[in-house]
Amino acid sequence: MNLLDTLVQGILLGGLYALFAAGLSLVFGIMRLVNLAHGDMIVMAAYLILGVMNLLGLHPFVAVLIAAPLMFAVGWALQTYVLNRVLGDDILPPLLVTFGLSVVIQNSLLQSFSADSQKLTAGAIEAKSLALGPIAVGVMPLLTLVSAVAVIFALNQLFYRTALGRAFRATSDDATTAQLMGIRPQSVFAMATGIAMVVATIAALYLGTRANFDPSIGPARLLYAFEAVIIGGLGSLWGTLAGGIVIGVAQAFGAVINPEWQILAGHVAFVAILLLRPRGLFPRAND
Amino acid sequence: MANTSSSASRSLPIVLGLALLAAMIAVPLVAPRAVTQDLFGILTLLVLAMNWNMLAGFAGLVSVGQQAFVGIGAYVMFAAVILWGFDPLVGVLLGGVGAALFAIPMAFFAFRLHGAYFAIGTWVVADISRLAAGQYKALGGGTGTSLPKGTTKDMFGVQFLKDLLDVSSAAAADAMTYWLALALAVVMLVASYLFLRSRAGLGLQAIRDNMQAARAVGVDPLRLKASVFLLTAFGTGLCGALIFIQITRVTPDAAFSVLDWTAFVIFVVVIGGIGTLPGPIIGVIVFYILQRLLADYGTLYLIVLGALGIVVMLFSRSGLWGTFSAKTGIDPFPLSHRPPASLRVQPVPSKAVKA
Repeated sequence: MNLLDTLVQGILLGGLYALFAAGLSLVFGIMRLVNLAHGDMIVMAAYLILGVMNLLGLHPFVAVLIAAPLMFAVGWALQTYVLNRVLGDDILPPLLVTFGLSVVIQNSLLQSFSADSQKLTAGAIEAKSLALGPIAVGVMPLLTLVSAVAVIFALNQLFYRTALGRAFRATSDDATTAQLMGIRPQSVFAMATGIAMVVATIAALYLGTRANFDPSIGPARLLYAFEAVIIGGLGSLWGTLAGGIVIGVAQAFGAVINPEWQILAGHVAFVAILLLRPRGLFPRAND
Repeated sequence: MANTSSSASRSLPIVLGLALLAAMIAVPLVAPRAVTQDLFGILTLLVLAMNWNMLAGFAGLVSVGQQAFVGIGAYVMFAAVILWGFDPLVGVLLGGVGAALFAIPMAFFAFRLHGAYFAIGTWVVADISRLAAGQYKALGGGTGTSLPKGTTKDMFGVQFLKDLLDVSSAAAADAMTYWLALALAVVMLVASYLFLRSRAGLGLQAIRDNMQAARAVGVDPLRLKASVFLLTAFGTGLCGALIFIQITRVTPDAAFSVLDWTAFVIFVVVIGGIGTLPGPIIGVIVFYILQRLLADYGTLYLIVLGALGIVVMLFSRSGLWGTFSAKTGIDPFPLSHRPPASLRVQPVPSKAVKA
């Protein structure tokens, strides 16, 4: 009974981690780019939503509709003007550029918004819960998981049903040959990062409505997200969802044993899975 | 003829280097304590940077988990002093050994991962060690603990220095840790140079430049990389323990801080010049100047540091030193080798052409 409850809470938490990870997984899968600033960009998106809410007096779920295209532009510009210049065989330059970006974003947010924690208030929906058989499930956590599944479903449709998706897959498999077929990898990459930032904005919505956030929490979120991506396997979006759920469930059970073990349990699950399967559970692409 | 000119151009940097070293040694004798303490901070950052440069710049192992070794070095040193009653300096040595021992299982895990996976994997392992340190109740758990009062006063050599220099025991302890940090930095620099000039070091650079070709001539990448990983873990652990003698208080968050012990270090190396020996030295100087200039503006120096790192990666990947060295040809620590005479391109004799 209690076990079932923990399991369900863990899966719901996993939905949040999968949302953090989906954008990362997309970018990582297509261009092998490790965006160490992804966590900070989610936090940045949360501040953007907050700004839109305060400026226009909107509900967070409406404000996200304005914030998302703005974040798309940020991602597109970042890829076009910065990241495309450092992509190559050597993984060090992109790694270090995004690491620099992480520090710049985090401290710029700190300078502009102070270290006070903020929250996106969504009103009555925050406290609502549904009775699913013997257990009660919060509406917000459930909505998070549903959104994660919807986002990953949509990304998969994009990936396998559209011309853009075909370009994504072709560039991921072999950028040189894709180029011969008339695809410009640079513009494909810019679209991918833009879309990843839209997903990051959706993640920011749930990050901000479910708990407090402040400028410093990005790197920890990045770590959970990366664990989800790596557990799931490179280039597999459903794998990323599975990875997020693995981390969420491990953390939920860890927290039951001892509240201090919550994060530790997630990390240990990550290490254990990687020891058994170094390429993750469902790898699609070769790295 | 070529030899005499190169030995003349090589002896000048050595003379300058020795003069600088002599000045650095004299600092605690002539300068106020605050200066000694500042320089201690710079030197320890330099040691961390040189270790990371060996890993990422020469062995191609981009670790974001160096804070694990700093933290373990610090915690083992605290355990040695508080729980086992050793002298802090013995504790420093044990801290280095502890970090190197931890690096063995960490390597078994992390070496299964490549490139970006390696970076994230090491970061996660470091976070695990931070959380585990928080569970270690004998050293205060999550809130940490302090060195007992007077520990540094009773440290080996401090009483002797106090009598010799006629200063307070706190100043003598500062001088002691400063000289140790200086010694560590010099040993690290000389050892790195000798290592990179050695057969193993040549193999390491061969792997970095072309893995297949290096393997084809019999270089074993895994063994070399693993030994660099363990040695830099030892150096980083020693340095971490030394840093926390000076701080005298340890908490999991401070000892395993990714910002202090890895992020700063990465920027220092990148800005100075990754994969060059003088790079970390230049980087540390730039870091210190930035921190000083922008001290009144909160975390602005971090923003500038991050932006500078990005600019370097975009426009001149070999950093300040690499760019300077390429432009001027000045290189006090030459790592390149001339091919043996028999392999040099000989002008083709005209007879051979006819035949």
